[in-house]
Formats: sequence, structure tokens, C-alpha cells
Amino acid sequence: MSETATTKLTRKDFVSDQEVRWCPGCGDYAILASMQKYMADSGADPAKTVFVSGIGCSSRFPYYMNTYGFHTIHGRAPAIATGVKVANPDLSVWIVTGDGDALSIGGNHLAHILRRNVDVNILLFNNEIYGLTKGQYSPTSPVGTVRKSTPMGSVERPFNPISFALGCNATFVARSIDTDAKHLTKVFAAADAHRGTSFIEILQNCVIFNKDFYSKVVDRSVRADMTVDLRPGEQVIYGAENDKGMRFSAKGLEKCSAADADLWDPTSATESQAYAISQLDQDPDTPKPIGIFRSVEAQVYEQQVHKQVEAAVKDKGPGKVQDLVYSGDRWTID
Amino acid sequence: MTTTETPGADLPLQQLERVVIRFAGDSGDGMQITGNQFTQTSAVFGNDLATLPDFPAEIRAPAGTRPGVSGFQLQFSSKDIHTPGDAPDVLVAMNPAALVVNLGALKAGGTLVVNTGAFKANDLKKAKLDSNPLEDGTLDGYRVISVDINVRVLDALVDSTLSTKDKSRCKNFYTLGMMYWLYSRPLDPTVNWLKVKFKSRPELIEANELALRAGYNAGDIHEMFQGQYEVPKTEELPAGTYRNMMGNDAIAMGLVAGAQLAGLQPVLGSYPITPASTILESLASYKHHGVVTMQMEDEIAAICSAIGASFSGSLGITTTSGPGMALKTEAMGLAISTELPLVIVNIQRAGPSTGMPTKVEQSDLLQAIFGRNGDAPIPVISCSRPSDAFELTIDAVRIAVQYMTPVIILSDNFIANGAEPWRLPDLKDIKPFPVQFAEDPENHQTFARDEKGSRAWARPGTPGMEFRIGGLEKDIDGNVSYDPENHQAMTDQRHNKIAAIAQTIPTPAVDGPDSGDLLVLGWGSTVGILTQAVETAREHGLPVSRMHLTHIWPLPKGLEEIFSNFKAILVPEMNMGQLTRVLRGEMPHHNFIPHNKVTGQPFLTTEVTAKIENILKG
Ligand SMILES: Cc1ncc(C[n+]2csc(CCOP(=O)(O)OP(=O)(O)O)c2C)c(N)n1
Ligand code: SF4
Ligand SMILES: [Mg+2]
Repeated sequence: MSETATTKLTRKDFVSDQEVRWCPGCGDYAILASMQKYMADSGADPAKTVFVSGIGCSSRFPYYMNTYGFHTIHGRAPAIATGVKVANPDLSVWIVTGDGDALSIGGNHLAHILRRNVDVNILLFNNEIYGLTKGQYSPTSPVGTVRKSTPMGSVERPFNPISFALGCNATFVARSIDTDAKHLTKVFAAADAHRGTSFIEILQNCVIFNKDFYSKVVDRSVRADMTVDLRPGEQVIYGAENDKGMRFSAKGLEKCSAADADLWDPTSATESQAYAISQLDQDPDTPKPIGIFRSVEAQVYEQQVHKQVEAAVKDKGPGKVQDLVYSGDRWTID
Repeated sequence: MTTTETPGADLPLQQLERVVIRFAGDSGDGMQITGNQFTQTSAVFGNDLATLPDFPAEIRAPAGTRPGVSGFQLQFSSKDIHTPGDAPDVLVAMNPAALVVNLGALKAGGTLVVNTGAFKANDLKKAKLDSNPLEDGTLDGYRVISVDINVRVLDALVDSTLSTKDKSRCKNFYTLGMMYWLYSRPLDPTVNWLKVKFKSRPELIEANELALRAGYNAGDIHEMFQGQYEVPKTEELPAGTYRNMMGNDAIAMGLVAGAQLAGLQPVLGSYPITPASTILESLASYKHHGVVTMQMEDEIAAICSAIGASFSGSLGITTTSGPGMALKTEAMGLAISTELPLVIVNIQRAGPSTGMPTKVEQSDLLQAIFGRNGDAPIPVISCSRPSDAFELTIDAVRIAVQYMTPVIILSDNFIANGAEPWRLPDLKDIKPFPVQFAEDPENHQTFARDEKGSRAWARPGTPGMEFRIGGLEKDIDGNVSYDPENHQAMTDQRHNKIAAIAQTIPTPAVDGPDSGDLLVLGWGSTVGILTQAVETAREHGLPVSRMHLTHIWPLPKGLEEIFSNFKAILVPEMNMGQLTRVLRGEMPHHNFIPHNKVTGQPFLTTEVTAKIENILKG
């Protein structure tokens, strides 16, 4: 960054002059505060930081960050961010999206940005509902969600965003919780450090249309037993007493004592273990995994794009329009 | 027609002013290559020319069937010409399907070269023919030249190590050789082309060259033609350096040139679609010019990635055809609302829906001008021909960056794949329009406007300028605003900004008297046909003038005055009357007469001439 240590920025420097318009109590506030603080603490340069979003309550996020921001159209932030990053790879690009924005209207673009591995960070605020349009079920809502558009309950099986991202060969996949500032910050830092697309699902409370949907998992009273934090290189253990664990056996993933728990390796050759853990969600009696599911190196899209341009320039010499126009078979009339 | 003797040949050499040839065969017969080679050679030889490729959308419709017929028509001339010609003088038919599909177009008494080797019972069946047209009198009245090309090409290649199948695939070069002899064309351009094309497969260079020469010699040893023709090089084209050019290539080059004149890196987001894909392909091969291309997952992602690139300070570009335009609609609104430059290219094809992907139409005009939610004006520029596409594309880039707006360039199938000689511009004559990015945060407001009504372009990476923009209505600082007065003001400003572009567009010239009974007004690829039709009408003693629009939205200034001097204005279009509607809306006090055709084929000059006569004599 261009600032020196003496002009170190604070959280306030990342707060824009716009009045925040989310409902009081919305989980988005906590995420915003954590991000502003993370930006300051990590020494981010506001001039080189861009937040790109789609449409939804969550997608208002860029207006509140005192960085560059682009609030675009519903579902398309990954495609727009791809252009932003390719045109200027020096920028630090963050995408903010919702469960509807990313997984229904924008599902195609999400899949493709993950596949391409553009070096951006995606924050998917998952409140399992369409907030902005007043509470219809979303592609992450559980079967049977009763809302105005589904008076008899939704009949669709939901996406698991983590499994979705893993299925797209995402190179960095993580999950965190809106109000857990410490955990969120740790995940932000890991995502920021990762070269390639980082995908973070953030469980986010919509106090108006899906209040406390996640309380069985994240309430302080149950969180230790109902979440398991995947920490690279550490054992997969959880519980208030840190006495429970998980391990992979011939039968697949199973619960065990902390002592027998496997070490977590998000860099393994295939996604299979991460995928198996991501599917724990299906069982209400097992903890919901959070933390870092996957973190692997792969070639980065915009770097490859520019490498080809550089190689072509080196190979053919810098192109001149004159040569382009005055090429091929020509003839002269006097 | 003059008759001379060529030294060394005992067949008469006749001079012709112009010739129209149509090559027709199965899509697998290589007719497009044959046509393009004949075109290229004639261009280098110095003729004026115009082409009309006509091929099926299917890559390989079932061989030998009527839907599988692929055609390529060209007119080459020693005089200035404007069209590929209404009716061919010569039809080359490689199989029965090609013959029956195209015979109706052939001039009465015209020459027909048929590959008799492809008229077996089974071939006739595939073409759904009950009898053999070579024998049943269908061809009476034409000069038929029968050649068993299938056998001759194998004879010519007896010594080649290629498989029989591969040898047969050299048929089109044998055919091309015959036509080269008939019209006294040099072989060198095609031989050189083969050497580049098959660089890594010398056996194919050799075989195709042998086939070409065998075809040429077959003509020379006077087996089949009564004489040779020559179409001298034209003296009518203005002095200069020329090359043969197709519309899509000209647009691709114009985009590179325009970006350079603006001092920006061109960044293309595109998704393949006929007939626009070749622009993506060309630009992908221009990487050494600093061009970045992204083949995205769909047209929405394509335009969005281009918008993202413009947000970052590059020149965002997206190229497509009608169905892709439909998908890009919402994103165009975002570029309008955030006032980011963007070049959108639509190579129109016949619609609606998937329509006829390889056939020509001009039916996306209203979509381009109006097809978005909200009051969402976009300037629309239309190419008329391959030779004006380069400069119009540069002008589109100029407007995009000077007015911070998306700009739509319309072209069509006919321009995209048609070729004509292009007099190369002196690039030094084109004035650069370098972009000045806003870099001083002092007193900067994101949507403050200059005297043109345009906002300043600031880009991420600039310290102190951090701004947020988006598709929500905004105030002058870019902040979200639902204020009623503000929305009215911003809507007015966006509208006025686009309207003001008219001040930078020259009023199109009137060809012919500037007042009278009838003005023929066209746009897009009909230019050649309309020029020819008007010339013909004048030869018939009819007073008629002509004007052609390239900038369609906003309309150029001065039209109202010109239109007032004509009793009627005929508007021929390959759609159901779209420009007519625009003109009637903008200038309701004139007598616009629509003339419409949507067959997927260009107008014939005779059709337009007849309409002109009908109006003036009616
Ligand atoms: C093209 C288009 N279709 C529909 C909408 C309406 N719309 C806005 S936001 C939204 C869903 C948002 O849900 P989500 O992404 O989960 O965001 P949240 O509001 O929950 O944060 C919808 C359907 C729109 N803005 N644009
Ligand atoms: S509707 Fe829900 S998601 Fe939207 S701002 Fe209110 S609480 Fe937040
Ligand atoms: Mg949501």
C-alpha cells in the first residue's frame, strides 16, 4: 500500500459517509464492521480496493465501504468483477452477494468464476431467504419453507453453498458466522492471502424475514457443540470441552473422541474429504462445519490472460494499427 | 464487348465489363473457400467487386440435400459496382441440390457449369428429384458445360499418396482452376494462399495446387469453353492502396484502432454466436496489440465483464447477434445508469428468436434504439459496407469515451461475410481522442458534467477518489437518491447528453438533386442495392435522389430541412418498417413510404427500381 506506517488507517477510514439502511439487528451490520476493521488492520489501501455486488440487501454493502464500489445488477457481480480484475490486476477485488443473488439468478456466473479462479474474494451472505424482495424462499431455504410465495411450503431441495463451490473446483472455500468477528476476521485474512477465487459463505441473520434461522447452530449456548471449525493442520475437534472429534475411516466420515480426530488438510489432492464434511449439514445431530474447507493453488485466470498478451507481444513485437490495416494482399491504384 | 486475340492462344479472348458468378455446392464442398479465393484473386487483379455468401446454419446438413446447399455469389467488374448482382451470369453447380436451389436465379441464357459426376440416381434422390435435370429439359435455354469433376480430380491426382476421399476433397480447387481459366485470372494468389493455409501439410498444398492447375489446363486445352473472357482492372476506383475486406474484420480492426486513439486497452467480453463470432476470433489473435479477450459463459457475463473492464478504466467491448443482444439488455441499462463507456456490436441476423442465423435482416433496429427498461438512450451507429466499418467503429469508440455511454454498432450478415475492396485510410488523418482520467479529488463529483453533458471518468487505483456507483438512481455525488426532482434531472441529463451527440455527426449528403419528388432513404447493408437501383431509375429517366444513414440514434441534424424538399421519402429496409417508425415518430410531417423485405436475402435492385417507378409513375 502507498501509505506509510505513520499514516496507518483505522476502521473509521473505511466507513463511507453513507447512512447504513439495513434493518436494525440485521446480521449485515456485524459483517460490515468486521470487514472495515479487517481492512484497517490488514493495511489495505482503499484506493486499490473494490467491492462489487449484485442486488439484494447484502449487495448494498459497497455503498458503506470507503473504498471503490460497484453495486451492479442481480446475480452478475462475478462477471463484472472478472472484468474489473482482468482490466486491472493490481486491484484487490471483493464480491458481496446473497444466497439468491449468487445461487439462483447468478448461479451460472458463480460456477464459472470459481472454475476460472479469478483472484477475487467472494462473500456470500446466506440468510436462507430473499431479504430485499420481502421474504420469499431462496435456493438455500430448507424444504417446506412457508412464505408468501410458498404458502404450502417450498418443495425444492436447497443448495449447500459449500458443496456447490467444491463441486465447481473452487480453490478456496470457507464458512463463517456474521456475529463471530474473530472467526470472520481469520477467514477474511486467509481468503485475502489466497491467490485465486476465495469463496466464503457467511451465515447471516435476517431479523425480519428469517429471524434466527441459524440459532440451533450458532446460539452461544449451543455453538461449541453444534459447529466444528476446520482449521488447517489442526485436529477436527469441537464441543464445549473440546472433547469430540471427527475422522475419516473406511466407512467415511464419522464422529470420534478428540484424541482420535484426524488432522484437517484443506490442501489435499481432491475435494472428496471437504465435500464429505460439507454434507454434514444434512444431519441435524451433527455439528455444522465452519472454517476453511479447501485451500489449494491453481493457475489464476487474469494472470494467464495477461501472460498470453505478454507472450504475443514478445513473440510478434508490439502490434501497430498501421501493420494490422496494411496487411494481407494489397494493390495500388494510381 | 470487344474481341481480341491473346498471343499464344487460339481461342478468342473477349472483354467483359462485369461478371456475376455463383458457386453452389454442398456445405462440405468448400464453396465458401472457392468463392473467397476467386474474390481475393479478382481483388488483387484490380477489379471492383462485391460478394454475397449464402450458407446454411448447420455445419453439415445431410450431404446432397437442398438444405445443405452452400452458395457464394460475387460480381467483379472493370467499372464501379455496388452490389453482388441480381442474377448470376454463370452458375457453378456441384450437385443436383445446388442446381435446383439456384437455377431460378441464373440469368436467362446464362452459363451453367455442372459437375455431372454428382448426378447419379442416389444424388438425385437426396435432392428430392424424380428425374435428372441434365436430361429432362430443365436446362433448356442455358449454356450447359458438363464436366465430371469427380473423375477429373482423381485423374489429376493419380500420383498423389492421398486417400481417394482426400483427393475428392480437392474438387473445389479443380473447379476454381476452370473458372480462373475462363476469366483469365492469375493462379499465384491462390497458390500462395494454399502454402500458408496448409503450412504443416505439404501433401495438401501439392494436391490442391495440382487440382487447381488441372482445372485451369482443362480450360486451356479447349475442351469445354468456346473462349476465354477478361474483365479488365477497374480504372474507376479512386487512387490509393486497397485490400479486400470483410465487415467483421473491419470492425475488429476498428476496435483496436479506436482503443488506441483513445489511449485505452481494449477488453472484449464475448460469447460465440453466428455471425459475430469471427470478431471474437480476430480480436483473440490480436493479443500483440494489447487486446484482452474473454470468452465468457453467456452474453450476460460477456457484457458484464466488459462493463467491469470499463469501470477499471479500460475500453470494454462486447460483440454478439440478436439473441445475445436480448440477453445483454439489463446490463446495458447498468452502463447507461453508471455512465460508463462501452462498445456493443450487433451483427444482425434474421429473427425473431433463433430465426435464420446465417441469413440477412435489419430487424434489430428498434431493439437497439429502444429495447431497454426505463428511459435508457444509447447512440446507435450502423455500418453500411465492409469498407466503412473501420471508420464507423472508430467513431463509436469516440462517442463512447467522449460521452461516457454505451454505443451500439449495428452490422449484419451481408456486411459481416461480404467482401469488397477497401481503400486503406491514411491512419495519420484520423484524429486521436485520448481519454483524460479524473485524478484530482479536489472538487470532484462523480456525476458532475462538462459542457458536452458528460461526466468525468475516474477509475479505481486513484488515491483519494474512492467512489461508489451502481444502477440505483443517484445524485451528483453518485450516492443513492430517491428524490423526485433528482430523478427527473438525471433522466433529463442522460437524455440530453445522448441527443447532443447529434452535434458531432455530419449531416449525410444527398446523392442527386436536393429537392424533388422522391428521396430514397436507407441504412445499413442495403447501400449498394439502393445506389444501383437509384442509378438505374435515373437511366430510365426518373428523377430520384438518395440518402443513406450511418448514425441512426440520435439522428443527424439537418434531416428535417432536407426531407422538406421532397414530396415523398421511400424507406426500403430488410424488416417490417422499423426505421420508418422512428422517422414518423421524430419527424411526423413527412411522407415516409416503407418498402420491406424479410426473406433472408438482400433486395434485388430490380425490386427497388420497380418500387421507385411505381411511386413516381403511380
Ligand atoms: C433481474 C432482477 N430480478 C429480480 C430482482 C428482484 N430481487 C432483488 S434482490 C432479490 C433477491 C435477493 O435475495 P438475496 O440474494 O438472498 O439477498 P438478500 O436480500 O437476502 O441479502 C430479488 C429477487 C431484481 N432486482 N432484478
Ligand atoms: S430484510 Fe433481512 S437481510 Fe434485509 S436488511 Fe432487513 S434484516 Fe437484513
Ligand atoms: Mg438472502
